[in-house]
Amino acid sequence: MHKEAAIREPLILGHKTYHQITEDVCKPIEDKAPRMWYILFGIALVIGLYGVGCIFYLLGTGIGVWGLNKTVGWAWDITNFVWWVGIGHAGTLISAVLLLFRQKWRMAINRSAEAMTIFAVFMAGLFPLIHMGRLWVGYWTLPLPNHFGSLWVNFNSPLLWDVFAISTYLSVSLVFWYIGLIPDFATIRDRVKKPIPKKMYSILSFGWSGRAKHWNRFELVSLVLAGVATPLVFSVHSIVSFDFATSVIPGWHTTIFPPYFVAGAVFSGFAMVQTLLLVMRKAMKLEAYIHTRHVEYMNIVIMVTGSIVGTAYITELFISWYSGVEYEAYAFFNRATGPYWWAYWSMMTCNVVSPQLMWFKKLRRSLLFTFIISIVVNIGMWFERYVIIVTSIHRDYLPSSWSMHYPSHIDLGVYVGTIGLFFVFFLLFARFFPVLALNELKTILKSSGESYKNDTAPVHPYFAKNGHSHGHDDHGNTDNH
Amino acid sequence: MAEKVIYAMYDDDDVLKDGAKKLVAKGVKVADVFSPFPIHGIDPIIGVKQTRLGIMAFLYGLTGLTLATVGMNYFMIQDWPMNIGGKPNDSYLDNVLAFIPISFEFTVLCAAHGMAITYLLLNKTLPGMPATNPDPRTTDDKFVMELRLSDNGQFSEGELMAMLNETGVIEVDQKDIH
Repeated sequence: MHKEAAIREPLILGHKTYHQITEDVCKPIEDKAPRMWYILFGIALVIGLYGVGCIFYLLGTGIGVWGLNKTVGWAWDITNFVWWVGIGHAGTLISAVLLLFRQKWRMAINRSAEAMTIFAVFMAGLFPLIHMGRLWVGYWTLPLPNHFGSLWVNFNSPLLWDVFAISTYLSVSLVFWYIGLIPDFATIRDRVKKPIPKKMYSILSFGWSGRAKHWNRFELVSLVLAGVATPLVFSVHSIVSFDFATSVIPGWHTTIFPPYFVAGAVFSGFAMVQTLLLVMRKAMKLEAYIHTRHVEYMNIVIMVTGSIVGTAYITELFISWYSGVEYEAYAFFNRATGPYWWAYWSMMTCNVVSPQLMWFKKLRRSLLFTFIISIVVNIGMWFERYVIIVTSIHRDYLPSSWSMHYPSHIDLGVYVGTIGLFFVFFLLFARFFPVLALNELKTILKSSGESYKNDTAPVHPYFAKNGHSHGHDDHGNTDNH
Repeated sequence: MAEKVIYAMYDDDDVLKDGAKKLVAKGVKVADVFSPFPIHGIDPIIGVKQTRLGIMAFLYGLTGLTLATVGMNYFMIQDWPMNIGGKPNDSYLDNVLAFIPISFEFTVLCAAHGMAITYLLLNKTLPGMPATNPDPRTTDDKFVMELRLSDNGQFSEGELMAMLNETGVIEVDQKDIH
């Protein structure tokens, strides 16, 4: 067993056994859902269905039902798209990047963070699709032979790069998530008694039996998937930022965009993870597994990425002046003092000021404070995209074309609807799926469990007799996975 | 032909590993181990070789990269060269910068999915496959070692049982598998 420094805070509090971990995670799935679940699910479903209604109205009537005009031809649709993709960055970052860095604290949060990622990317993907107006020809974005038209899709366009990036990201994240889920579904399959759930989980678990050879492959597949998913995470939001950065609009045409967007995405993604997990750990009684230390780690990530975002904002401002390009300078001056000053300053307050509060240990270990900041951050990140998109284009090159963007109720309905749908998916996940990675948590129990670290856990009778302690012996790569 | 199999159950991964080590040292062949999570260090003891799926992933990635390159060269350079912003698509090399993002994405796509599909096929874990773990508790907190009598011809059943009983086993079960 890999020995861990005694002063390192334990990741699993109290004394747990392997069986206890199974119980703690499977109990909420096997028990009847609490009333609160039905209430939340009902609310999310109604909001989600309202959003679906708005989308059907949009598809039936046309993009004119949005508040777009000739000058502001891109507004909430792309704002929401980038916002959701950004939120969808935490899950794969947690499971892939933190796996490569051997951060064991990720094991308590990766499953639900990945679920969140996948659902957020679903929501993101919806916006470009409905923006096509004719959803049913969405497959024209694929490189199809010429009899579908006279041209191929344009591989020089960042919009097409986006099609490839987002679909690769979504499908690879889904596969990564599911491969981790298979052994945990097997655990549930072997526990449940009722015939229908038993059948369902036995289909979902693909007949997993936990053979040594299979675990050997499992670990390697996870490692390699993490290896390929790590550059993928960084590429996706870089490519999203190219949608703007490769254009010639003042305020968009900046080389700082890719790293700045990636940092912003991680920033908002971790904030969303915090929002969801702080509620989930309480509702599902998982406080022993997701505790202050995990929250603190995530807050540090929020602080670092928030500082990168803040630095990027200030760099942009400086360069707009230093470059001597009048259009560029005006775009930024207009952002801060023009008609959208309120959006700009909301963004600045939420994204630059609020993460700096995390320098205080007391604050970043406070769960209530974290919850509030996590919501503030996502509001700020929505405003960031709105500011970048709308304020850059609402002052066109000709003053006669200057315009404002006023969202219609359909804009609002579609946006709020996606939040509803997101929660519908997440609540279903929390109800039927193992929300913690059981098989991974069990591997760190003996090295990072509180009772094993302070030696209060009972020594196994076999070792008590034979003189080993917990079997901490020679073998090496324990934290491989 | 029916074959006799002994399933020895343990309640701790380290006890099982210790037991496996002792049995293997005596010349016993351990056919398989069923566990709720990967037991680190068990593979060399019972003779499970490191998987070569990583090489497969590399090959799938290479296939993806090749397909993306061949495809984009055909679409954008050979079949219908476009002149975008006064920058005609004359040769692949002139345009390669614009093709890097998709080449990368497609490489990852093929590597990840190719490997995942191969993994599921090799494991024979596919939707609807029956579970083959000897006891439902092996996906919770129990660890089972599988010994086959045919692999261990030099020992009698009684000798194997006696050796197992020294290793901290909690339950021993025998089955005939066909």
